[in-house]
Amino acid sequence: MTDFTLQQIIYALVLGARWTVLLSLSAFILGGILGLVLMLGTISQRKWVKLPALGFIWLVQATPLLMQLFLIFFGPALFGKDVPAWMAACIALTLWSSAYLAEIWRGSVLAVQKGQTEAALSLAMLRGQALRYVVLPQAVRMALPPTAGFMVQIVKSTALASIVGFTELMKTGNILSNVTLDPFVVYGLVAIVYFCLCYPLSLVSRKMETVFDVTR
Amino acid sequence: MSLVKIEGLCKSFGGLEVLRDISLDVERGEVIALIGKSGSGKSTFLRCINGLEQMNSGTIHVDAEPVEADERKLQKLRLKVGMIFQQFNLFPHLTALDNTALALRVVKNMSAAEARAVGLARLEKVGLGHRADSRPHQLSGGQQQRVAIARALAMDPVVLLCDEVTSALDPELVEEVLQVIRRLAEEGMTVIMVTHEMSFARSVCSRVVFMHEGRLHEMGHPEEVFGNPKTPELRQFLGQTASAATAE
Ligand SMILES: Nc1ncnc2c1ncn2[C@@H]1O[C@H](COP(=O)(O)OP(=O)(O)O)[C@@H](O)[C@H]1O
Ligand SMILES: [Mg+2]
Repeated sequence: MTDFTLQQIIYALVLGARWTVLLSLSAFILGGILGLVLMLGTISQRKWVKLPALGFIWLVQATPLLMQLFLIFFGPALFGKDVPAWMAACIALTLWSSAYLAEIWRGSVLAVQKGQTEAALSLAMLRGQALRYVVLPQAVRMALPPTAGFMVQIVKSTALASIVGFTELMKTGNILSNVTLDPFVVYGLVAIVYFCLCYPLSLVSRKMETVFDVTR
Repeated sequence: MSLVKIEGLCKSFGGLEVLRDISLDVERGEVIALIGKSGSGKSTFLRCINGLEQMNSGTIHVDAEPVEADERKLQKLRLKVGMIFQQFNLFPHLTALDNTALALRVVKNMSAAEARAVGLARLEKVGLGHRADSRPHQLSGGQQQRVAIARALAMDPVVLLCDEVTSALDPELVEEVLQVIRRLAEEGMTVIMVTHEMSFARSVCSRVVFMHEGRLHEMGHPEEVFGNPKTPELRQFLGQTASAATAE
């Protein structure tokens, strides 16, 4: 059995953390795009657009992320198709984030007072114009802090990808812990890396709550 | 043809009949005061005229433009109808000037410079040219309401709907807003306003309309309506507002 220096462990963990960051970013960006589409769907006045969007959000929120990940990872295997772990993790986290982001943003849009839309409509704007020029600019400011807060959830949730064998930060920790037989040190270091990724995000989130007060 | 022509307007919310068979013709240049108890349907009536509420039956025309459910047709109608709200409803993320200029750019496709020029002219008209760069939260309630009036005027409407535009204001700020409306009236603007300011209605309005339980219960020249009310409901209503005014 080989001995690892602390430096080597940290180096390996940082390499693993790159995948955590990449997975988080792609889940946030892709999930954000899909989430925006979903959110617009849920505020549509057409039932056949609104109901499927709400249904999807509800379905995702009512089931564990790990189960969704398993479905996407193991499901296609039944049809003889292999999905690589990274892809399954990326798809699952994207769908999962999109549902939660859509819900956050929907809340912000609905929180913009009805009087704002009515004032815009009274000025002869169309519904879409009122949304774009009056409601969304206010909703975005309201949505930024919880959105940054949700990014923390995404980063932490990427740890689940280790279960299907994707070698991100958590999985790297597993491997190192097995070879060094020193789980306390290894997972302690893993925790510190997660903290370094998440803490700035929560700081940003809290800071934005004061900066983006719409009335200021 | 009358500038605003309302025939057989009915509106219910669920089972609740709020407007019952209302017909009213408003001529160009008229200033109409709508009075009546809270819940009598005054706001709903105004909101039907610019299509914010959809009527159940009846017809409304403004300057020959019909109120219809279709969005594009509603837009054409709303270009002719300005609305001022009790709560101002200014856009908090925009300056006073951008509040007045936004719809000019978006709806009337004006260039930014053109829109700002028109917006600034309307702000000056309400005496707020010097506050063009202020955001709504930096303005007093009276100033905010004047910006809202400037914003509506910027679209060059043919009729202005005002729903209790001074009710959310501190008493000392009421007069500056009424002053602006009085001037508009003198310049010939057609106005339909829900108001509790009876002395203003008396001195400025050409006609007073008393709403009661969703109907136009009594209407006429202010002198008649206030001086010689015919129905017991109007007498009772005027008695109550008079005693409320003296109690203050
Ligand atoms: N969106 C709505 N849904 C249900 N009921 C409403 C709605 N808007 C108004 N109403 C009801 O209609 C009646 C008339 O309201 P409104 O037009 O606001 O009266 P006013 O402005 O004269 O006080 C009230 O009983 C009110 O509760
Ligand atoms: Mg009202």
